[in-house]
Amino acid sequence: MTPATMAPAEEVKKRSLVSTDYRTISYVTGPLIFVENVQGIAYNEMVAIRMPDDTVRSGQVLEVSGQTAVIQVFEGTQGIDVDATEVRFLEEVAKVDVSSELLGRVLNGTGRPIDGGSPILPEARLDITGAPINPYTREKPADYIETGISAIDALTTLVRGQKLPIFSGSGLPANELAAQIIRQARVKSGEEFAIVFGAMGITHREAAYFMNQFETTGALERVVFFLNLADDPTVERLLTPKVALTVAEYLAFEKDMQVLVVLSDMTNYCEALREVSTAREEVPGRRGYPGYMYTDLSMIYERAGRIKGRKGSVTQLPILTMPDDDITHPIPDLTGYITEGQVVLSRQLHRRAVFPPIDVLPCLSRLMNLGIGEGKTREDHREVANQLYAGYAQGRDLRKLVAIVGEEALSDNDRAYLRFADEFEKRIVGQGDEDRTIEETLSIGWELMAGLPMSELKRVRKFIDTYHPNAGEASEDL
Amino acid sequence: MIAGTIHKITGPVAVAQGMTGAKMYDIVRVGKEGLMGEVIRLEGDRATIQVYEDTSGLKVGDPVESTAGPLLVELGPGLLSSIYDGVQRPLPIVAEAGDFIERGTVASALDREKLWDFTPVATVGQQVVGGDVIGTIPEGQTILHKVMVPPNVKGTIASVADAGQYNVDATMATLEDGTEIKMSQWWPVRQGRPYTRKLDPTHPFTTGMRILDTFFPIALGGNAIIPGGFGTGKTVTQQSLAKWADVDIIVYVGCGERGNEMTEVLVEFPELEDPRTGAPLMDRTVLVANTSNMPVAAREASIYVGATLAEFYRDMGYSVAMMADSTSRWGEALREVSGRLEEMPGEEGYPAYLSTRLAAFYERSGRVRPLGSDDERVGSVTMVGAVSPAGGDMSEPMTQNSLRVTGAFWALDTSLAQRRHFPAISWTKSYTLFLGQVGSWFEENVAGDWQAARDQAMSILQKETELQEIVQLVGPDALPESEKIILEVARMLREDFLQQFAFDAIDAYCPPKKQYLMLKAILAFHDAAVAALNRGVSLRQVLELPLKETIATMKTTEHDEAIEMLPGFTAKIAEDIAGIEVY
Repeated sequence: MTPATMAPAEEVKKRSLVSTDYRTISYVTGPLIFVENVQGIAYNEMVAIRMPDDTVRSGQVLEVSGQTAVIQVFEGTQGIDVDATEVRFLEEVAKVDVSSELLGRVLNGTGRPIDGGSPILPEARLDITGAPINPYTREKPADYIETGISAIDALTTLVRGQKLPIFSGSGLPANELAAQIIRQARVKSGEEFAIVFGAMGITHREAAYFMNQFETTGALERVVFFLNLADDPTVERLLTPKVALTVAEYLAFEKDMQVLVVLSDMTNYCEALREVSTAREEVPGRRGYPGYMYTDLSMIYERAGRIKGRKGSVTQLPILTMPDDDITHPIPDLTGYITEGQVVLSRQLHRRAVFPPIDVLPCLSRLMNLGIGEGKTREDHREVANQLYAGYAQGRDLRKLVAIVGEEALSDNDRAYLRFADEFEKRIVGQGDEDRTIEETLSIGWELMAGLPMSELKRVRKFIDTYHPNAGEASEDL
Repeated sequence: MIAGTIHKITGPVAVAQGMTGAKMYDIVRVGKEGLMGEVIRLEGDRATIQVYEDTSGLKVGDPVESTAGPLLVELGPGLLSSIYDGVQRPLPIVAEAGDFIERGTVASALDREKLWDFTPVATVGQQVVGGDVIGTIPEGQTILHKVMVPPNVKGTIASVADAGQYNVDATMATLEDGTEIKMSQWWPVRQGRPYTRKLDPTHPFTTGMRILDTFFPIALGGNAIIPGGFGTGKTVTQQSLAKWADVDIIVYVGCGERGNEMTEVLVEFPELEDPRTGAPLMDRTVLVANTSNMPVAAREASIYVGATLAEFYRDMGYSVAMMADSTSRWGEALREVSGRLEEMPGEEGYPAYLSTRLAAFYERSGRVRPLGSDDERVGSVTMVGAVSPAGGDMSEPMTQNSLRVTGAFWALDTSLAQRRHFPAISWTKSYTLFLGQVGSWFEENVAGDWQAARDQAMSILQKETELQEIVQLVGPDALPESEKIILEVARMLREDFLQQFAFDAIDAYCPPKKQYLMLKAILAFHDAAVAALNRGVSLRQVLELPLKETIATMKTTEHDEAIEMLPGFTAKIAEDIAGIEVY
């Protein structure tokens, strides 16, 4: 038995008028502490932990059982002892101060400013867990967000209210892509647009890159930047996406803004989840991740959406690293089951110096049809996307054949498709740093299609006269 | 009343003490907000409770009260066209309190004010038993709701309400012993509603999807699972079934899936027309929506709520289809609660009783003679459960345990989906156990050689799979012509028969007769081509005939026109190919 639990209760409690401090920590393991002899503690309540050196850390109640509370400490348990450390229960669940002044600010993973600027005057203080949107009051996702990235805008369009993850691999330039999207993303209808960026477990180098990008391009003024670094306490990461989404919901549903939430990297979030679960000695599910990971992830991803009668929207673009490029790993797998499509980065394209290395074949935006077409993007968008996809798929198949039989054995038609696939990777996908409007992207698509025989353009037939670069000859040909 | 206090809280599970007298599966109210929960374990005076709402903020010492009864659903007119959460709270009523779902909401499942047109059927002095019909109420434009004597009641009728308008709380009849029979009744969700006896499932559950009806049909009262990785089209398939299946009532349970998808169903179904009656599809549909971010314990309850609603309409003599999308999320809810109870885990952390629960659930499907003294009614509940196997790996416990108790396996294949072959149901992996039972219906109602045609088409597809392996090694040119024709016909079967576009106005639904005629046309092409090749005709000559184009347009031809035109076209195929001259 520890000295703390042997002592009479009144000696270990320092009573004040507002709350009670407990010095009854009995057990510390990993990110968790166990506190004894507590009373009236609420599940998920926040706590402040005063260390022997008078610094204060924060934590949250994970379990209460009789007079014992299990607390996860967000800043880590190093330096906590069972004797002098004091725990104070704050009598509220995790909350964050929100304000429209948050735009342009840099905050840590729990929502405190770290850019040295003025303190934030809160307009509201909100529970970070958020309540589920009633399916009955949801509005169907509609309209789109232009990212300026051709492969996404043309073939995997991001629709307002959608959640569309980017599946990356170690060493692939997901963060560069994220930075480019944050820089370029916009809505065309002139509504107010904001980006909430939740960075979880990124390195100092990456953080510096993002800051540099945002400052030089002036993008920061419309971004709320939550920054949890790789050497910040792991458990703090569990709060970051929830805090970010609470701010996003406030801006969208109270301030009528179109909000894009970029979360990077969700793999780090899931690792933190596993760490806490293991420390609690819970029964593990697949690969040691907790059985409730699906529920936990859905409580993040499902916070995307639109609501009837409100102007704003929350759109999510979570980025995750597939361990060992394995799309069946629990993290991408569970994500794919919740999100509405996926954008997949390819190591092969990256090796060939194509940027962004988006492999469009496994990519999918389930809601694309709700966001494109006349009045939103352009009338020919759907058909052009289908034709580009089919042409590229055929070119890729032919590449395999060429590897076996050689290019000489191909027909002229087949060679046109091979060239098409190469050009597609070079011009549509490999746009580099360029920022393109959807019209520019579609025009490039038409230029590529002009390299195919006219008879092959079955899916875009009705738009040939309007958009084909050689439209005049086209009608003669047919 | 049994009242205790909270002792422990972890996730969706709470332990209360001082609960002596509480029974397993009793519903309790937890905390000051009165959150709904269910007793799932008893130990001395302690009761373990799964809470159907978010437990944040609950405190040790907060009150817990038992309602001394299990989770009940209310059954009566007004269920159709409703949308409920996992514990039968109507979401439109919940929405009145705010756009987000707040805790502790109490809402009545049925509209208490609305008046219904009642027409009595039973007469004073009549002996009635459970299941007997007291009177009828038109519910929506197409369904005649039957007010029935609850299963455990019998006696002689002392009075019956006159024809007229009543609300759901009205007493429609009184028995001589004073028992009142109300317009609505209550039933515990975890207990299947009783019936007189189960009948052999001999009538097919037609869906209008060619691969299902022709190759892997199930019977009314049967059950099937649709497993597939993400992006393979589980939800689109489930929604197509809900739209086109030849049944009277649809119960659609969205269990732990996407909020936007439920919204789509909510927006789309009222606009869609029931192909059989012309009334809005929503008029014969009940939706139970518990999206993935709604409380996990209510997700566990939601499929039982769905099954009970389905059984209620079955008892009226209707055929009901229940779609559960996705049962894997239900299994995960079981796993999560089991983990919080610190139970010894089985495979992949799922509880060892997973297979028992699954068996009990799927056994609630069936074609039955409902309770009642009349001998006319036949009702059925057909269940189709989507399964979301982790990593697309079908060897995982949910898929394997479901397979043991269900009659058909409609396997979705990721590689088909990536090639944009939809519905991406694999013809090599799928199977059905109902072929023997429904085959004779097809032979009587569609064509005598239905089964022979199906078997021949299957064997061509099977042969193609084998040939493909050779082609991958040596290339297609190395095959003899007799095998190349197999590849050609198999491609026709895949592209012109199996592929079906769910969003095309005509192709979305294909009647069984047309399915059969389409198949026969392709098989006629095969038989004639094989005969021609034997005569010495070259394959090129056969393929040059302008027949393939017409075959490709069969699926988008109007049904009536196609059914009239196809027999002649099939004869023409045989004639034209037989007419090719050898040179």
